[in-house]
This record gives sequence, C-alpha cells and structure tokens, in this order.
Amino acid sequence: MEVLIEKLKRQVIEQLNLVEVKPEDINPDSPLFGEGLGLDSIDALELIVLLEKHYGIKIEDPKDGKTIFQSLTTLAEYIKANGKS
Amino acid sequence: MISAIGNNVAESFLSLSHSKTGIGKINYLPTRYKDEFLAGEIKLSNTDLKDLVKDNSPDLNRNSYLAMLAAKEAVLHSGIDTKDGLRTGVISSTTVAGMGKTEMFYKEMFEKDDNLNVLDTHDCGDSTERIADYIGDVDYVTTISTACSSAANSIMLGCRMIKHGLLDRAIVGGVDALSKFTFNGFNTLMILDKEWCKPFDENRKGLNLGEGAAFLVIEGENALIKRNGKALSEIIGYANANDAYHQTASSPEGYGATLAINQAITMSGLTPQDIDYINMHGTGTPNNDLSESIATKKVFGNQVPKFSSTKAFTGHTLAAAASIEAVISTLSLQHQLIFPNLNFKTPITETHLVPVTALLKTPINSILSNSFGFGGNCSSLIFKKV
Amino acid sequence: MNYINSYAHIKNNSVYVNGEQVFTYDKNATVNTFLSEAYHAINLVYPKFHKMDTLCKLGLLCAEFALQNNHFINEHHLQKTAIILSNSSSSLETDKLYQHSISDKNNYFPSPTIFVYTLPNIIIGELAIKHKITGENAFFITEKFDANLLVDYCETILNHNATSAICGWVELNENSYEAIIFLVEKKYHPDKNSIFKPLNQQIVTQIYNQT
Repeated sequence: MEVLIEKLKRQVIEQLNLVEVKPEDINPDSPLFGEGLGLDSIDALELIVLLEKHYGIKIEDPKDGKTIFQSLTTLAEYIKANGKS
Repeated sequence: MISAIGNNVAESFLSLSHSKTGIGKINYLPTRYKDEFLAGEIKLSNTDLKDLVKDNSPDLNRNSYLAMLAAKEAVLHSGIDTKDGLRTGVISSTTVAGMGKTEMFYKEMFEKDDNLNVLDTHDCGDSTERIADYIGDVDYVTTISTACSSAANSIMLGCRMIKHGLLDRAIVGGVDALSKFTFNGFNTLMILDKEWCKPFDENRKGLNLGEGAAFLVIEGENALIKRNGKALSEIIGYANANDAYHQTASSPEGYGATLAINQAITMSGLTPQDIDYINMHGTGTPNNDLSESIATKKVFGNQVPKFSSTKAFTGHTLAAAASIEAVISTLSLQHQLIFPNLNFKTPITETHLVPVTALLKTPINSILSNSFGFGGNCSSLIFKKV
Repeated sequence: MNYINSYAHIKNNSVYVNGEQVFTYDKNATVNTFLSEAYHAINLVYPKFHKMDTLCKLGLLCAEFALQNNHFINEHHLQKTAIILSNSSSSLETDKLYQHSISDKNNYFPSPTIFVYTLPNIIIGELAIKHKITGENAFFITEKFDANLLVDYCETILNHNATSAICGWVELNENSYEAIIFLVEKKYHPDKNSIFKPLNQQIVTQIYNQT
C-alpha cells in the first residue's frame, strides 16, 4: 500500500502540474480538495484521466469523484479494489 | 439565423412554436462520439452549405458558410443597402473558427504540406472577413472571442459604436460549427448529457452541443429614420462583468451573473419588476443552472419573471448562442410568445424555480437575455418591444 | 482625459516596465523557461500559475509586472475595473496541443486542463480570479496590435461604468511571443512608480514601438 501511495504522489504531482509540491509534502490522509492540496474541479477531472491512463479504471459520473478522491489514501484503496493494472 | 431548428428565421419560428427540438443524432460530423451523444446539428452537409452560399472561393470551412448565410439573411431582411454611403460595421464572434477543417487535415499535415492552404481559413478573423466580403461595402470589421458570451459582446460593441457615432449601423452576431475538437473537449470536462438536456431540471446532467450562426442588423435611430426602415425590437440595456471564480465553472452564488443582470437592468432605466421574460443561458449543466437560478433570485427576489432556456431546442451553440437567443427574443417580442423550456419535469431543489414549459401567448414588453461564458465572462442584454 | 498609470512589455525574453528593462534572460531559452524564470524574479507565489498554458502565463506575468509596486489594485473598486485584451492568434498554440492529445486513437487521453485553455479570454479569467476583478471584460482578435481599438474601447467603458482598466495585447504563435499591458485610470494620481501619461493612440503606439 505504501508503494502505491508513493507512486500515486508522483503521478498526481505530474498529472496536475503541481510544480511547487514535493512528494514528502503530501500527507496521504489530508484532504485533496478544499484545504490540503487545494485542488479544484478541473483537477478532479485530471484525476479521472489518471485513473484510466495508469490503472485502467473508468469513472462515468464525475460526482463519484467526491468520495474516491477525498485523500490519497482513499484513492489508493479504490485503486486496490478496482484496478486492472 | 441558421441552426438545428431551421435554416432561416421563418423555419426556426415554426420549430419554436411547435415545440420541435433540433437536437438529435449526429449525421455529418465524423466524431468518435457519433453514437454516444446527441447534438443540435444543422441538417445540411458542407457541400449543401457551399451550394447555398454560391460563393466562388475555394472550399471554405463550415463556420464560414454558416456565418455568410446568416449574415446575408439578416442584411436582406433588414432592407439596408450597404452602398448608400452610411457607415456599416461587421462585428462577429467565434470560438471554433476553422478548426472543423483543420482537424480533418491535422495528421496529414505532418506527412505532406501541400494542403497548407487549409490553414488560410483557420483563424477567428477569417469568417468575419468572409461576411464582410460577401456583403460588400463594409467600413469596419472586428472579431470577438469570449467563449459562450461572445455574440452578446458583439451586440454590445455594435451598440456602443453606433451610440458614439463611429458607425451608423452594424451587422452583429456570432457563429460556431460543430467540431471534433469541441466534442472531445466538452466530453473531457464531463458536462455533456447523453440524453436530451434538461435545463433547470433537478435531474439535469449536462448540455447538448449545437451549432449555428445568427446575425442582427442594428441601427442608430437616425440611420433608421433616414431610410424609412422598420425596427423589430430595441436594445435598451446591456452589461458585462467577470465572475472571477474559475476558468470554466460559475461561482456558486452567481456573482458575475448577478452583476451583469443588475447593471443591464440599471442601464435600461427599468426596474426588475418591469422584465416580462428571461431567456436564460440555461445550458442544462448542474453548475450553470443552479448558479444562474441563484443569481436570478438575488435580482428578482420573490418575483422572478417567466423564464425559459431555449437551448433544449438548439443545443448550446457557443459563440453563436447569444445572437441566436437575441433573434429568438426578438421573435418573442414580435409575436408576443414565450417559447418553452423543453424536457423540464422537476424544479431544482435549492431554488424551486419553474420555467415556462408550453408555448405561451402573453403580453411581453421587455426581455432579459443572459449569456455566460468560460473565463467568467457574463453578459446580459435587454430587448424592448417597438 | 484618461491616463496610463504604468505598462509592462514582454518580448525577446526581457521584461520592461515603464520603459526600463527590469528582467532579462538568455535569448536562446524557450518561452516556457523564460516565463518560469520571470515568475521567480518577481517573487510571485501563485501555485495556479504552473497549471496555466503558456499564453495565460505570459498574460498574467505581464500584468503582474505592471501591477508591481503600484497602487492600482488597492486603489480601485474592482467591480469597476475592466479588462480588455487582444491578440492575433487566439489560443492556437494550446489548440494544437489539445488536438495532438486527441489524435492518437491508441493513446487517447485528452486532458481537461489543456482544453480549458483553448480560448483566448481565459487569460482574462485568470487575471480576474487572481485579483477578484469583476468589471467588464472583452477579448478581441485583430491582425496586428491595434492601439486605436484599445484606446477607443477603454475610453468608452471609462465613460460608462468603469473607473479603471487593464488593457493590452498578449500574442503567442509558433514563431514569436509578445505581451504589452497598460494600466489605465480616470483620475490623475501619479506616484513615484507610475508614469501617468495621457491615454491616446499616439502615445500608446509610441510606447508599443519603443521596445
């Protein structure tokens, strides 16, 4: 699980162009949206692309993102449960 | 005006008054989403359009054909003669421009560059120039590109230039053809509905894309009197503001929209109670319709006028939307008819607003028309019966 | 009478504010590298900057250089500040990037972030979001820098609803880039960091050509 979280940190930083953020700055349990990393709705869509691109998971309804993307930990758990690669 | 509901104003009026939507299966655009999404596609191929235009230029793009046809119809309908010595401007707007053609040749262009003349028609200013050439004797030309509020801003600029004595009249409006680029883009933003869009409905899922072009001939009073012309409606107020919230989403409290609506009403000299009908931006997206409803309630309180979104007829035609809706608003004033908000069943829980859902004959003196674009660009226009 | 408070001009990997060069970088560096360096040079702390496309970065930075050390933002009622920008190539460079991301059926992962920037007026959106500017805004497409258009339009809105305006030209194409942003005000209020020249076509053209 830790390996996946570390991998996710790097992928999220790259996909979302978080140039000023380092992997060690991200607390896996902190909220991704609102406070924490302060991501917005377009970032949520990019995370949907990330899920499909790297893990073969397709999300049809953007509203599902709210629970899946709550934190890196919830994202990692979702991938573990649903991922194909 | 040319759009999914008709190739000219008369056909469009028939569709509107018979609640006949133009949104349906995609026939011409070779998009990968052809079988997945509906769209407000004009029922003519590019070859059909070229034949209608009868222009001798080499193959133009769909955008230009639509613009030329709509602008020509407006000029003929108005009875103006651009050779009469009065100063005429063409102010158009577009977001797609020549993309429809360029994207077809995109991959090829890397292998061989003998099709580079395709790029001649790519940029935003091209369709505007084509309109000017097609109509002839035009003194001023410019193009606006502010996403979905573009045509409203073209109308505003035309009014201002006439007001300040820089022009006597202007052909104003906008055009956007469907393109794979736009389809793909809106799909990645996940704001398209696979079914018919449901503006202001609690269960709305997104918008249907549409295409079209609409132009209006606007004239100052002096020019109109000089040639014994007859006005169809009067533009008495307009305003533009920025929502300053997000690149593509509207603020939850409808801040920019509230500013634009209030400022337009103030300029018109009317009060909110004087507005008889609102032609809403109403795209059918969860975000816009809620934000616009909240802004509407802020401005009108408990006395929200009758309203509808006509995008369930035409689809969201992007840069053409505001001018298509300006034509529809003018038709409403001429015929004293409110065209329905199709596909509505359940009001939005947070705001409880109920649109007009069947063709309604009722006294209408003034209409507010909203158009809100990406980039936070919010425009409102006010039309009055003459 | 309306006044140009300050202006910033970016071209050839250099930034000029009110006629003086305030930052320059290796002429051979790419525009993105240059903009990144300029971002640091101005001590801007705005993480959203890095998500923007090149065109928005160019426009935002040019405005930030003009706004630096200046009373403009604090002084003005931001509901009455207009933003009027223009260019020739719209958002074409980003359009190409987006088109590229949707052309390979076998590697089909279009980016919503890139798509968001395929409109030139998003530059205005970004400026408005950063400073909470909610006045009137418009974006024009013209073949070349049109001083007349900008001056006329600014004067019209300053006579109508606005008390100040941010106007200019932000152009990016595959061969070159250039941005010039003017801060315009109704009131005569010079301070040591601003130049306060009258807003007219002659002066605007002169300023544009001086770099």
